[in-house]
Amino acid sequence: MSKIEVNITVNGAKHRLEVGPKERLIDTLRERLHLTGTKEGCGVGECGACTVILDGEAVHSCLILTAQVDGSEVLTVEGLEVDGRLHPLQEAFIQHHAIQCGFCTPGMLMSAKALLDKNPNPTREEIKTAIEGNLCRCTGYEQIIEAIESAANELQAASH
Amino acid sequence: MFSTVNKPVERIDAYEKVTGRAKYGADLQFAGMLYGKVLRARYPSAKIKKINVERARSLPGVWAVMTAEDVPCNEIGVIIQDQQILAKERVYYIGDGIAMVAAESLETAARALEAIEVEYEEIPGVFCPIEAKNESPIHPDRRDNEIIHHKLRKGDVNKGFADSDVILNREYDTQFVEHGYLEPEAVVAVPHENGSLVTVYGSVQNIFATRDAVARCLKAGLSEIRIVQNHIGGSFGGKDEVVSSMACRAAILALKTNRPVKMVNTREESIVESYKRHPYKMKYKVGATKDGRLSAMEIEVVADGGAYACQTPFVPWRSVVQATGPYEVPHVKTDTYGYYTNNVYTGAMRGYGSPQVIFANESLMDELAQELGLSPLEIRMKNILRNGSVTASGQKLDRHEVSLAEVIEKAAKAIDFEEKYKRYSKPQSGDTRRGIGMAISYRGCSLGAEAVDAAGAVLSIQKDGSVYLYSGLAENGQGLKTVFCQIAAEELGVGMKHVTFLEANTLISPDSGSTVASRSTLVGGNAVLNAARRAKDALSKFVADQFGLSSSDLVFEDDYLFTLDGKKLISFAEAANKAFWAGVQLSHVGWYVAPSIHWDEEAGKGNPYFTYVYACQMAEVEVDMGTGEVTVLNMAAAHDVGRAINPEMLKGQIYGGVMMGLGYGILEEVEIDEGYILNLNFDNYLMPTSKDMPTIIPIIVENPDPDGPYGAKSIGEPTLELGAAAIANAIAQATGKRIRSLPLNLERVLLGYPLKKGRGKK
Repeated sequence: MSKIEVNITVNGAKHRLEVGPKERLIDTLRERLHLTGTKEGCGVGECGACTVILDGEAVHSCLILTAQVDGSEVLTVEGLEVDGRLHPLQEAFIQHHAIQCGFCTPGMLMSAKALLDKNPNPTREEIKTAIEGNLCRCTGYEQIIEAIESAANELQAASH
Repeated sequence: MFSTVNKPVERIDAYEKVTGRAKYGADLQFAGMLYGKVLRARYPSAKIKKINVERARSLPGVWAVMTAEDVPCNEIGVIIQDQQILAKERVYYIGDGIAMVAAESLETAARALEAIEVEYEEIPGVFCPIEAKNESPIHPDRRDNEIIHHKLRKGDVNKGFADSDVILNREYDTQFVEHGYLEPEAVVAVPHENGSLVTVYGSVQNIFATRDAVARCLKAGLSEIRIVQNHIGGSFGGKDEVVSSMACRAAILALKTNRPVKMVNTREESIVESYKRHPYKMKYKVGATKDGRLSAMEIEVVADGGAYACQTPFVPWRSVVQATGPYEVPHVKTDTYGYYTNNVYTGAMRGYGSPQVIFANESLMDELAQELGLSPLEIRMKNILRNGSVTASGQKLDRHEVSLAEVIEKAAKAIDFEEKYKRYSKPQSGDTRRGIGMAISYRGCSLGAEAVDAAGAVLSIQKDGSVYLYSGLAENGQGLKTVFCQIAAEELGVGMKHVTFLEANTLISPDSGSTVASRSTLVGGNAVLNAARRAKDALSKFVADQFGLSSSDLVFEDDYLFTLDGKKLISFAEAANKAFWAGVQLSHVGWYVAPSIHWDEEAGKGNPYFTYVYACQMAEVEVDMGTGEVTVLNMAAAHDVGRAINPEMLKGQIYGGVMMGLGYGILEEVEIDEGYILNLNFDNYLMPTSKDMPTIIPIIVENPDPDGPYGAKSIGEPTLELGAAAIANAIAQATGKRIRSLPLNLERVLLGYPLKKGRGKK
């Protein structure tokens, strides 16, 4: 099968890859780049565990072919921590006990980050909508929502 | 009073989990690793006439193609060994594996599966547990399809019904439910690693149960098999037998190829193969006096066990004990049955036979209240178990606080039950109607008289004063590591940062049975406490000698040792260092055996559990009368846990359990038509999202239990068992119609009957 050249930036690092036409973005991230923080829970875009940020939008990396994203920037959970400092969302998830098994956590964090990047002061309803596509079977979502509210306040305070 | 326990300390695994560093089964890589895949059955009931694997074997990149013939011992099972690792001659359900391959890539493995030729002869299957009772056995070597019959007897129900002013007969039934752990099953088997015959890493709920299965199937000694748990992406009772089976398959392939073999299920493979929550068909007859006192209950429960026995011998046992609900009933006769069918097999799922009977007994209690002109609160307050009460099984509750009245009062106050109940009882008009409902439960903690109930832990103080700890029980996401470290830190008077928790590993950890039955904090926590006390005693004795004091004069707190009157003697680290160099034993095994209990299977009575937890959940709903859509607005959940070791993690259990109960109540059903599963992924198996959330009010009630570590009991399962029943009662008030079948989805609420297939056979 013919290979396609794809240039993508993942967590700030540039990659030139030769991929097959059927390779999914999640497989590129997990298998080629060894970024296994992005999880696969359903493979059909329903559970949100594979959520990454693609050019500013939260997307299901299991529904995207790598060949489609030439020239794009991808942010995964591994890219949230900068110079050993956790992102305020990561800090808030820890403090608010927004984690149990942790399998939904990376996708949940990416959906939350995509929301706060666009809407720094979301309402509780807007947070619920932003993570509606991220299933969590453990937490019942409450402490995740509290964590996102708290991180939003933190980020707001930091920007003033 | 406490320094670390009873405090909302951070999870010790949180950092790994928020940074993507935490490695789950599917994230593991080993040099030379192959990919294992399984060919599954085409029919739910069939004879296998011929399997031809030659074409698959000849494909480049395929290292092994194996069938049941290649499995040293093909039947596994914790209780009854009837579960086939690969189907031999017969297919018993649609998730049965027929053959398996190990190949260089997933693509090659998929091509190999396509190249396997199987010739089947379909056999008429049995898909209804009631019919299974009289059908010829689906397992040819058995006399009939009955897996189990448990009974409970108290008093004389005939007399009880004769003394009743009101008698109600009602039938309730529940559905197959998927655990819905976000991480599909995943293992990697590595041959001949570090002295073991085979090591299996992965998302294993119960390392010892999986070890036992792997050893059995390989005909190897238990000490040759190393099962190491990785981070596990949820389990809820689900990653036991199905993962044991996967571990066996991967181990066989790994030993055959002499290469590490990774097996990861897709979601579709997970749903078709993995065991589900038991569907129950329940007949209840209740008698009461006209002033609302219960006089008798007669209950018959039939559980669909599916193709394999799995946990069916035990699940209906919890049901038989708890089927009346937490009430004083003088005369009780309960029978629970489990039958084999050709449906997907059923097993442990959070609750373990309680959510089904609670849906029935708590619906029934509201129906009886209505018949007698009482409110839901009134009928319950008249009949609940209290201190000194005797349960349906004949157990006198006199060792702990029976706090039902307290949990009811606290939940009712938090959600304003009485005022809302009165308001919604008045005639409502318009497109949307509201209702409020309640449910209460008592739940036996830990395994009960089902099994041996003991656990161990190992705690080692290092010469710098840091501590490591491991246990035979395993983290499932619930927070066990953090709770165990809190208990150790509390007892040793050191900060949490000094305590490290090691992964569960069958060649290191003491066999502690399974991480199930909401027993970890209670039974495992006691083992940790015991290990910490032994280590502390050794250090105390050494330090006391140094200072010419006695051990009882020392206080361990804030990383220091003090005298009773608060004089600082020495830091914990320095004490540990001195003790180490003096040869003092600082590594200790802690062990705990639960208090003695018993069950007389013949007589149907006994003291089945050594302690109980009590809970009340209340739900306020709005029903769209035009569409049948139910919106759960508010839920209050009051749980007596004895002692909250970590109140914030405990709230997380409540939020999560309430939402799982909500899914059970109004959304979820694995649709099964004549053994075929129709909803194989989350696009049509609907679990609650953030948009389905009510406002949840968690209420932690603490009546310390004499047998719990710091008084702590259980929380995991009780949180899930009540929601569906409370919501069902709220819907009945809103609509004026009683629906006795779960889930209460659009069509049941609007039409009163389901439009989809379910329950195995329609």
